[in-house]
Amino acid sequence: MKKTVLIWLALGLAGFVLLPWHMTDDGLFDPSWLSDSDAATGLFSTLAGQWWLAPAGLALLGAVILQLAIENPVKRARLTLGTAVAGLTFIAVQGLIIVRAGPRVFEGLFTGDMVMAGQPGMGAGAGLCALALLFVATISLSQSGKGQGDAFVVSTIGLIVALVAIFVFFPVVHILVRAFEVDGGYSLSEFFPRFFSSDIWGLGCLVGERSCGVGINSLFLAIMTGAGTTLLGLSFALIFTRTAFRAKKLLRVLTVLPIITPPFVIGLALILLFGRTGTITEYFAELLGWEATRWLYGFWGIYFAQLLSFTPIAFLVLIGVVQGVSPSMEEASQTLDADRWQTFRFVSLPLMRPGLANAFLLGFIESLADFGNPLVLGSGYSVLSTDIYFAIVGAVADPAKAAILALALLTLTLSAFMAQRLWLGKKSYATITGKADSGQNASLNPVLKWVCYGTALPWAAFTLVVYSMIVFGSFVKLWGINHSFTLDHYIRAFGINFTTGRFTGVAWDSYFTTLTISSIAAPLTALVGLSTAYLLVRQKFWGKDAFEFSTMLSFAIPGTVIGVSYIMAFNFPPIELTGTSIILIIVFVFRNMPVGVRGGIAAMSQLDKSLDEASITLGANSFATVRRVILPLMGPAVLAALTYSFVRAITSVSAVIFLVSAKHNMATSFIVGRVENGEFGLAIAYSAVLIITMLAAILLLQLLVGARRLRRSDRVQHVAKAA
Amino acid sequence: MKRLGMISATALMVSTAAAWADELSVVCSAEQDWCDLMASAFEEQNPNIDVLMVRKSTGETLAQIRAEAGNPKIDVWWGGTGDPHLIAAEEGLTQASGVDTSDLLGWAQNMAEISGGKTVGIYAGALGIAYNSDILEKKGIAPPQCWADLEDPRFAGEIQVANPNSSGTAYTELATFVQLFGEDEAMVKLAAVGKNVNSYTKSGSAPSKAAARGETGVSIGFMHDMVKLASQGFPLKIVAPCEGTGYEVGAVSIIEGARNVEGAKKWVEFALNADVQSRAPEVGSFQVPSNSNAQVAPESPDLASIKLIDYDFATYGSSETRERLLARWDAEVGDPNPQQ
Repeated sequence: MKKTVLIWLALGLAGFVLLPWHMTDDGLFDPSWLSDSDAATGLFSTLAGQWWLAPAGLALLGAVILQLAIENPVKRARLTLGTAVAGLTFIAVQGLIIVRAGPRVFEGLFTGDMVMAGQPGMGAGAGLCALALLFVATISLSQSGKGQGDAFVVSTIGLIVALVAIFVFFPVVHILVRAFEVDGGYSLSEFFPRFFSSDIWGLGCLVGERSCGVGINSLFLAIMTGAGTTLLGLSFALIFTRTAFRAKKLLRVLTVLPIITPPFVIGLALILLFGRTGTITEYFAELLGWEATRWLYGFWGIYFAQLLSFTPIAFLVLIGVVQGVSPSMEEASQTLDADRWQTFRFVSLPLMRPGLANAFLLGFIESLADFGNPLVLGSGYSVLSTDIYFAIVGAVADPAKAAILALALLTLTLSAFMAQRLWLGKKSYATITGKADSGQNASLNPVLKWVCYGTALPWAAFTLVVYSMIVFGSFVKLWGINHSFTLDHYIRAFGINFTTGRFTGVAWDSYFTTLTISSIAAPLTALVGLSTAYLLVRQKFWGKDAFEFSTMLSFAIPGTVIGVSYIMAFNFPPIELTGTSIILIIVFVFRNMPVGVRGGIAAMSQLDKSLDEASITLGANSFATVRRVILPLMGPAVLAALTYSFVRAITSVSAVIFLVSAKHNMATSFIVGRVENGEFGLAIAYSAVLIITMLAAILLLQLLVGARRLRRSDRVQHVAKAA
Repeated sequence: MKRLGMISATALMVSTAAAWADELSVVCSAEQDWCDLMASAFEEQNPNIDVLMVRKSTGETLAQIRAEAGNPKIDVWWGGTGDPHLIAAEEGLTQASGVDTSDLLGWAQNMAEISGGKTVGIYAGALGIAYNSDILEKKGIAPPQCWADLEDPRFAGEIQVANPNSSGTAYTELATFVQLFGEDEAMVKLAAVGKNVNSYTKSGSAPSKAAARGETGVSIGFMHDMVKLASQGFPLKIVAPCEGTGYEVGAVSIIEGARNVEGAKKWVEFALNADVQSRAPEVGSFQVPSNSNAQVAPESPDLASIKLIDYDFATYGSSETRERLLARWDAEVGDPNPQQ
């Protein structure tokens, strides 16, 4: 361990001495900073007069001396820990105080031209130094008698806490303090009446007034969507694992389609089918002699669109969990003379609780944060996410109102999160134990089977219709008006001039940017998400519940708020990222990581801890245990996390709108622009291409990750082999 | 642990290039095609300047330049309705460009005067009524001619208009009513129209799109948007209200603290050029250009034949008037309508 600490210290020192401390204007791989006076290494800058950088180098140096000089391991670890923490604190404080325009606070304390000249944002050198100090601190902490003495675990916790603090808390605080702002000052007494106003929590719709508060609207919608998507997801998952349904492959594709659909497209398709002049509405209106109505606009429209959009997420969480329920338990139940319904009701279903709870929570939160569907279909039904958006970008911009609404939204999320914890309780749901387990999953009893078919299959058919419409829409001149065949939309978006080899289509730029950024963000998201899940399920540490909630924070806050808060936080030193592609990657990683966390938690709570213990007993450390035992058993969760984060990076819109720049434009922002411009054909053609791209990527991922083998074969009773 | 470390270290290390001096960062709030046309035309004229353009709506742009104030990443903001440009000028988020406005029409010069030169008008678009001819014919409803017609119960549940709290278009409508009929009378009239409104949309362009597709019978919005939809083949007919109507002025502003001020000034001069403005109809943008020498497309709503009110941008663009009118709208017209 002393060796690891020294390696990190060496890296940190190298960063201090060899890499530019501040951000360079020319990019990392441009060596011109060597001769440029603007960006010099930490050491050089310190000598040149930026004395406030010295503590970082001194802390690293001090830690090296401590490591080499002190024999007593505990004492050495404690002293090193203190030094590293002090170094980190110095780096953070100097960065926060001395910005581009010189010191922000304590102006009296700082004198001299160098301080007044300020400094740009932190760069590679600062990053490496901070990282090295962080790991030195966590490793030393694990050796100093605190924690479990496991350097890997403590370091991972430290890293994730640091990342969440920088990229979730730091920006979010920027916007939430606005909720307390009154005319240049801050006031708590103003906050409460505004927070509890009837505009947000009014229950007027129950007593016959036309509408409830936005908070109540959102809550009702979110509960309905959470319940609906969980039920549908469960039906699909049961059909997959417990029945001999023939077209499972097709069904699988259908369950994935909605999440890979760019925003607005589902809403638009629903309008063309069910709107007042929609195909289906007109058909029934003529058949039954009814007046065609605008029933789609409002609650039902948003609800249908959200069910379509979010059922796949519930399915992705549930499929792993339903598969994971051990056949032995079900066999034991049947041996004890329970029938198939009793087995399902009293054995399988309770074991699926973590999956159900996590699926519901995700559906609930997704619904709260959903922006595209309420915007297109909401009409008079106001929800928090759209109200927040228009409080920021509307004709009267009111950041305080946006912050208050965001807090209301957070309150709802927090409550759902607590309710989920209560419901799951402290029971164990582990059924994958490593013991010989060659049983067969009980197939569903006929009634349940038909209930599943009855809910899932009409839904699948509905999805199929919506998507055929979308494909159809991309090949006709003007969807809904002029249905003559054309390839124009595709040529405009993705034209290639073969004689010159130039990509002439207008969509290419954003298409490539989107793919690049999503491919970088997806593995990072999965990594961060699953590591967090591992810590939450497998490790005990102080402040775990708060840690768990903080990882959900970025997901629960609507994209618009995240987008604006990222600009506020990362447009200025110490961390200046606006206008770069990094800010897009980071926003995706930290916004989508909760899905990895939820999926990971659900899957991991099924793995018996004895598997880890066996591995540790056999002499493996926690890192090896994670890699060789847990990870292989987490196939579906890894796949879900990768797929979801990749797809979300491509389809998310509200956070991205503020963060895209001319150099790094994203597909969704491009599509939204076209939709606003009324160019539905082009928007849909682009969406269709994106859908196909994502579908291909998902299939590729499935091949790469592979199926996990829990037992000699996953079987369903009376069936030779399930797919 | 090491892998985690390596990856995050790499992520931190990929620091990126900031804007070069010969790069011009433009946010465009007009239609995408027009943005693209402007960017490529500007690069043709100024081969040494590389235009980085992104399209964002005016509200989003204003939110972004507010958040970025002090260290802006945008040089120039082109297009989009004038009110947010005026607000940005009022808040000191933009700077005077000092360009020559003598060739411009009165309303465009007016814009520059109000803002102290910080924003200049580039096009104008009148407010109007659109109706879906198929729907009205099928239902046997006579088309509207005036604002007053919209109060008629024959349009019950057929009118769609945006909510002025979220949409600049709808605010222009509110201000137009106030200037046409006086404040008290305007609120009564708007409430009467409100009885026929099936939904107040968030976005200003949504009602006309809904009318184009037959989701609503009648919409209120900017006429150039309606012309565009009609030219795409939708059964949309456009009405210039008989009482007279208000209009918006699209604007261009240079951001305070822009990195490439020289380039930004060139852009503003370019945007006011008659030849450049004449090209807008090529991409289906039918707003009326601000340069008096620019050609007006035959499809464009002819401002001369429309009874335009003398829209007072200084008064109705100010935050104070805006907040008062919106508060009254919420209380007396409102969504949901208090009288229903």
